[in-house]
Amino acid sequence: MSRQNSARADGKKVSSELFTLTYGALVAQLVKDFESDEAVNKKLDEMGYNIGVRLIEDLIAKGNVGRCHDLRETADIIAKLGFKMFLGVTPVVTKWSTAADEFSLILENNPLAEFVELPSGHENLNYSNILCGVLRGALEMVQMEVEISFVQDALRGDDTTELRVKFIKRLEDAIPAGEE
Amino acid sequence: MADTDSVFEFLHMQIVEYIHDVHGKESENNATTKLEEMGFTIGQRLAERFTKETARFKDDLDVMKYICKEFWTALYKKQIDNLRTNHQGVFVLQDNRFRLLTQISDTEEFIVPAAKYLSLPCGLIRGALANLGIPSIVGAEITTMPMCKFTINIQKH
Repeated sequence: MSRQNSARADGKKVSSELFTLTYGALVAQLVKDFESDEAVNKKLDEMGYNIGVRLIEDLIAKGNVGRCHDLRETADIIAKLGFKMFLGVTPVVTKWSTAADEFSLILENNPLAEFVELPSGHENLNYSNILCGVLRGALEMVQMEVEISFVQDALRGDDTTELRVKFIKRLEDAIPAGEE
Repeated sequence: MADTDSVFEFLHMQIVEYIHDVHGKESENNATTKLEEMGFTIGQRLAERFTKETARFKDDLDVMKYICKEFWTALYKKQIDNLRTNHQGVFVLQDNRFRLLTQISDTEEFIVPAAKYLSLPCGLIRGALANLGIPSIVGAEITTMPMCKFTINIQKH
């Protein structure tokens, strides 16, 4: 019986496929439920936010990270620890603004979109928009307000997938984690 | 190494919450069906990918063993703890510690609300079986948290 040593031996890969496909089923459902791509993007962002505010605890507990002293350090942790730990990829941090309050995360391959092809008629859909919400929610829990958007998406024919992160302000008092 | 476990759990919770919000207004049943459908498509695709290099299955029982061992381990990092059958197309899969329930309090009052976290996994099993040529109906029940039993009724084929 050669059954044991086939694809399943790589348990990590399989569970990430479960994740990818589950996310795909969610997006498909949202596209059915909402009339516009913008509404889908918004909902994905919202769901991502709810995940982010919880995921940050996981990251801090498992990742053994302290406080970040500047945005460069934050960017580093997001890319090398956060993305690595939860999605298994390490995006490249680049395109810093001169004031060092904005940077881009370039994803060579996007694990969320592994099996995806966007049908025509969804030009405004940010398929992986949940990532924006996750980052926003997670950073809010460490007192940082940020604005995140997709500036490029390989699914829409761009060369790469690029997330732009813009630091807005430091949140003074911890805001209680309310769900949107 | 990627650790998608917690991300998957969080995502699943959001999905359940969303579907119940949007589709569960009129009746709980709508939401359950929707989640089951989603699980079905996921299960179908997963089974397709997992069994690419697998030897042909001998019979239904063989498929069921595969689901209990490899499929379950791939998805939930453990095997099914107990598999029973009446040899007439009914199989009961018991998981003593079902992963999607382990984050929920194990007191009795949570048994009813926790049930909604089982619709998608039920669909997953049904989808995987369908892909392997076995049409079925799958239900789940919790008797004590986080233990749960999936009952598979194979339809004549």
